[in-house]
Amino acid sequence: MTGNREAPGAEAHRSAVRSLLRLWPFVRPARGRLLAGAVLAVLASAMSLVIPLALKWTVDGPIADREPSGVWLGGLAILVLGVLEAGLFGLRRLLVARPLAEVEATMRAAFYRHLQRLPVAFHDRWASGQLLSRATTDLMLLRIFLAFALTFLVVNSLTIVIGFVILLLQRWTLGLVLLAPVIPLVLLCRSFEARYSLAARTAQDQVGDLTTVVEESVLGIRIIKGFGRHRGQQRAFEALSARVRATELRKARLLGALWAVIMLLPEAAIGAALVLGVREVADGGLTAGALVAFLSTALALRWPVESLGFLLALSNEAATATDRYFEVLDVPVPDDAVAPGGASGAEGAPAPKEAPASRASPGDGLRLEGVEFRYPDAPPGAPPVLRGVDLHIRPGETMALVGATGSGKTTLTALIPRLHEATAGRITLDGQDVAALPRERLRELVAVAFEEPTLFSASVGENVLMGGADAGPDELARALAVARADGFVRALPQGAETRVGEQGLSLSGGQRQRLALARAVIGKPRFLILDDPLSALDVHTEAQVERALREVLATTTALVVAHRPSTVLLADRVALLSEGRIAAVGTHHRLLRENREYAWLMSAPEGGRAPRGDLQEGDERP
Amino acid sequence: MTSTVSGPPDTGARPAADDAKGPGGGRPGTGHPAADDPVAQDVLPAPKGASLALLRSLLAPARGRVWLTVFLLLAQQAAVQAGPLLVAVAIDRAVPAVRRDDYGPLAAIGAAYLVCAVASGLLQLAFVRVSARVGQDALLDLRGRIFRHAQTLSVDFHERYTSGRLISRATTDVESLRELLNDGLQELMGIVASVLLVSATLAWLDWRTGAAAALSFVPLAVVMRGYRRRSLTVHRRKSTATAAVIVKFAETMNGIRPVQAFRREAANEEHFAALNRAHRETNVDAMHSMARYVMTSRLICNVSLAAIVVWSAYRVAGGGLELGALAAAVLYLRRLYEPVDQIGMFLNSYQSAAASLEKIAGLLAQRPTVPEPDRPVPLPSRPAGAPGLEVVFEGVRFAYRTGGEVLPRFDLTLAAGRTVAVVGSTGAGKSTLAKLLARFYDPTEGRVLLDGVPLTDLSGTELRRHVVMVTQEAFLFSGTVAENIAVGRPDATRADIEQAAKAIGAHDFITALPDGYDTDVRKRGGRISAGQRQLVGFARALLADPAVVVLDEATSSLDIPGERAVQRAMRTVLRGRTAVVIAHRLSTVEIADRVLVMADGRVVEDGTPAELTAGEGRFAALHRAWRESLA
Repeated sequence: MTGNREAPGAEAHRSAVRSLLRLWPFVRPARGRLLAGAVLAVLASAMSLVIPLALKWTVDGPIADREPSGVWLGGLAILVLGVLEAGLFGLRRLLVARPLAEVEATMRAAFYRHLQRLPVAFHDRWASGQLLSRATTDLMLLRIFLAFALTFLVVNSLTIVIGFVILLLQRWTLGLVLLAPVIPLVLLCRSFEARYSLAARTAQDQVGDLTTVVEESVLGIRIIKGFGRHRGQQRAFEALSARVRATELRKARLLGALWAVIMLLPEAAIGAALVLGVREVADGGLTAGALVAFLSTALALRWPVESLGFLLALSNEAATATDRYFEVLDVPVPDDAVAPGGASGAEGAPAPKEAPASRASPGDGLRLEGVEFRYPDAPPGAPPVLRGVDLHIRPGETMALVGATGSGKTTLTALIPRLHEATAGRITLDGQDVAALPRERLRELVAVAFEEPTLFSASVGENVLMGGADAGPDELARALAVARADGFVRALPQGAETRVGEQGLSLSGGQRQRLALARAVIGKPRFLILDDPLSALDVHTEAQVERALREVLATTTALVVAHRPSTVLLADRVALLSEGRIAAVGTHHRLLRENREYAWLMSAPEGGRAPRGDLQEGDERP
Repeated sequence: MTSTVSGPPDTGARPAADDAKGPGGGRPGTGHPAADDPVAQDVLPAPKGASLALLRSLLAPARGRVWLTVFLLLAQQAAVQAGPLLVAVAIDRAVPAVRRDDYGPLAAIGAAYLVCAVASGLLQLAFVRVSARVGQDALLDLRGRIFRHAQTLSVDFHERYTSGRLISRATTDVESLRELLNDGLQELMGIVASVLLVSATLAWLDWRTGAAAALSFVPLAVVMRGYRRRSLTVHRRKSTATAAVIVKFAETMNGIRPVQAFRREAANEEHFAALNRAHRETNVDAMHSMARYVMTSRLICNVSLAAIVVWSAYRVAGGGLELGALAAAVLYLRRLYEPVDQIGMFLNSYQSAAASLEKIAGLLAQRPTVPEPDRPVPLPSRPAGAPGLEVVFEGVRFAYRTGGEVLPRFDLTLAAGRTVAVVGSTGAGKSTLAKLLARFYDPTEGRVLLDGVPLTDLSGTELRRHVVMVTQEAFLFSGTVAENIAVGRPDATRADIEQAAKAIGAHDFITALPDGYDTDVRKRGGRISAGQRQLVGFARALLADPAVVVLDEATSSLDIPGERAVQRAMRTVLRGRTAVVIAHRLSTVEIADRVLVMADGRVVEDGTPAELTAGEGRFAALHRAWRESLA
């Protein structure tokens, strides 16, 4: 299941810093506050060092001297410093809170925006759980990194450097002893970083896969219920969560080992410095007080050094989270033609890639010429799904598209609104190449009712109104009437205001399909694509919808994918899709007579003694 | 998608309400707004203290390890704290010894220091590993519980709770517990150890100073309590806001085709931005309340420190206190107050986990509306060669919890081994009838019997072995085509699977896929058409080999050859099974032995297809309408 990633670790391991630097464009707006926060953190740390000094001064000075006014002064100094310290601590957090939350939100919004614009082919490849885990857990991790790890990485490193300067100034020989572990530690951190980021990355990917399994087990709950338990799904879940646990334990082992060494080596160095220092003191080369001062400075550096362990771990996790994020954000959104007077403001922009064919008249209808399509991830040897489709639907005409299961009918319909991009050939709408039209404009011209009617979490009315940019209540009523959805919608608790649930699951298939149909027709589109639009309707309703739909189709250029004669009869002509090409075009009756494949696809189901409507046609069979 | 014309006000402040969906959404006659449905909310009711009880039950199996981590941490702290002590010993003892040319004590101290260094490192390693084990075991347990529990909950629950919320419970909410278990344990024990150690030392140095310090913990406790309460509220809101973001995100990505085809991108972005903003505000609130806590608690500490110093100074002046004791006490005071920030951090992750656990506990507290029997009854065995079962609806009535009646009280017997077609317009109650038979729901009154045994007395496994329902949603799970068919019978061999696929006419298209039966449907999932998916669904049912098969509009997307194959299978492979077929295709109805016409929840016509067609009733009218539509 880990195969769902686009770049499965193919590229060489990148350094964490390089990955994290990519965050800069998002962090940029917060840079002032972040910097101020870091400065405040340094100041606050300094304050924590100054307060003990003030205490020492007060105790050694005024208190020891029994000097009441001095005591009050000392107390006041401690109070002022204390208030300052508290203020700095709080201020730092207050200062960075909003900008950091903003960074996370901006990154998430950019992610969502980008995903919405990526082609359907991308979404076919990526499990949505992987996308979701990037948008949630990974981004939360980044916020924690920016809020905490980054600041303390800077502050603690600074503290360590300053500490070492002080140590070297105090006694450079002993200072060098303490510096000795630096080289092994740096090497160790390097190797740790490489291994830890690998484990962190694996863990994040596994959480993404886990998310996918959870999501599917919820979306497929009816099947799971219908068949009892889905043991495969449960096994997959158990195996995956066991793997997540194993990876997390591996991370813990790595972190534990790093931590152990980060504690051990400096402690050992301090021990060595102690032994050497004691000898020097004994030799008289150093006073005992100086040694104590030196060692207390060294001990004070213990926490900043130790903290590097988990700060590094956190940074590595943040780096892999960044990689995961950009893996998606780097997928280019296919170029779009410039909208005339569109957002780009380039009015009268030079003609898009391809100049509209002049030979086509404005009222040319829908034309496919030599259209080829193969899925981007199809195995190299596999034949294309569509290999040279030529079809012309005249303006106002309704064309039925018939073909065996899996012949590519739905794929073909997806090429027209450019949900997928044709690999070769061209598709024109009234003479305009769809590839030269901005997608926004193209999808305004073409309305689709999908094979699987998806409704969104919104009211019935909103779901239908999505199809028409500026449709109002009148159009809504009309569209619902065409789809014969007005009756059941009125009977809903709040009529058209009733919210239909996530994917509209609380409506029956037939109801959903009718709403999807209403959505397709509400905007009175110039081009209409209906993918088996009446499949889930009961006989009675089907007949009614057909009647109403006929009126709409009379004035629209339409392509209707059909599985049965009743739907075919909505169309003026029929095209048979076979082996990636249009094998025949003609009227239903003619094809039924002349084309064996068509006859096979449209003739009566076996069991039916008298599939009446169909039999009428059967009369004309040779 | 609420940003369109007639959307409900987008409050942003309560995203949960915005995404709550009506229970009666598609069920005519249930006139209750969404807000009344307890399940369509992010926070499900859970007994008081449920989150803590859940945490305890998760950690219970690792009790031994939890104590081990406590021990390891204390030992580690001891090894670390030995450092300064050894320095003192070195100066007091080793220096004079070295001057006497006695290197023994120095060597001993050096060795002791090395031992402490190694011990602190190794103990840290052991601590990290053991505590990771404790945490990960708890998380594994929790994830499994959520997953398994979600699977036992009824369809009815899933329809209202939304998948996004469930995903959010199983991912981000588990994540917040992970944060607590990862660092929280260490933090908490560090705090406790240091506070106890330092207070003991303080009390020993000078009990009055100790008492004064203890006094300062009163306002601190008040601040902490306030923070705890605020933090829990914020984190509750945050988890809800996260779920709302996830719901929207998942919905968009799962419906990307219509989103793009209907140019929903801009409107979606607007809506997502509102949810994202709400989520951001909860983050800001969480960080701000933390900042306020740090500020006030630190302020209390520092003011107390200053006050105690001044007070002690007067006591020194009055001779009530030794100067040395004061000096030491003052330094220890600083250290006493040091962990207040850490307490804040711990409380933060604790409350975040508590808010999440609360919601998870609420989910786990949901009882399936179709519970398993306490004492399952096996089905009586039937003579060989009669694979069907008799189905009896006995005084059954069904109404939604919210009150709308779908099926008024009725009695119905379906003879074993017969195929019954159920027709009627949308909302007539056909699907409900099917779902009662498959026990997706239990009837409000009356019972459904299978060869005389009430469905409620059958174990889930037994029931699913005998009754299989194929719905119109032919969902494919990640994995291969073969695995998807094997859902019907997990122990099936490849030969069984292929046989089922052949019987339904799916074999040809499957072998034409790039990897045949081993094709990963997710990678090429967009390429398996709705009709093909329904065939896979049928193959599942064939493989399951049930005594009773319920087809709920399961043939809608099939083309005519597909339908032919299904009908052939019904006559051959499924022959002798009791079948309930909900279909709107008259051709499918033809093969039935009996047709039930339903309207408004009642069976209004009942007879053989021929009888009904010949009559003057609704079925005959439907029939005529269909013929006319083709004329």
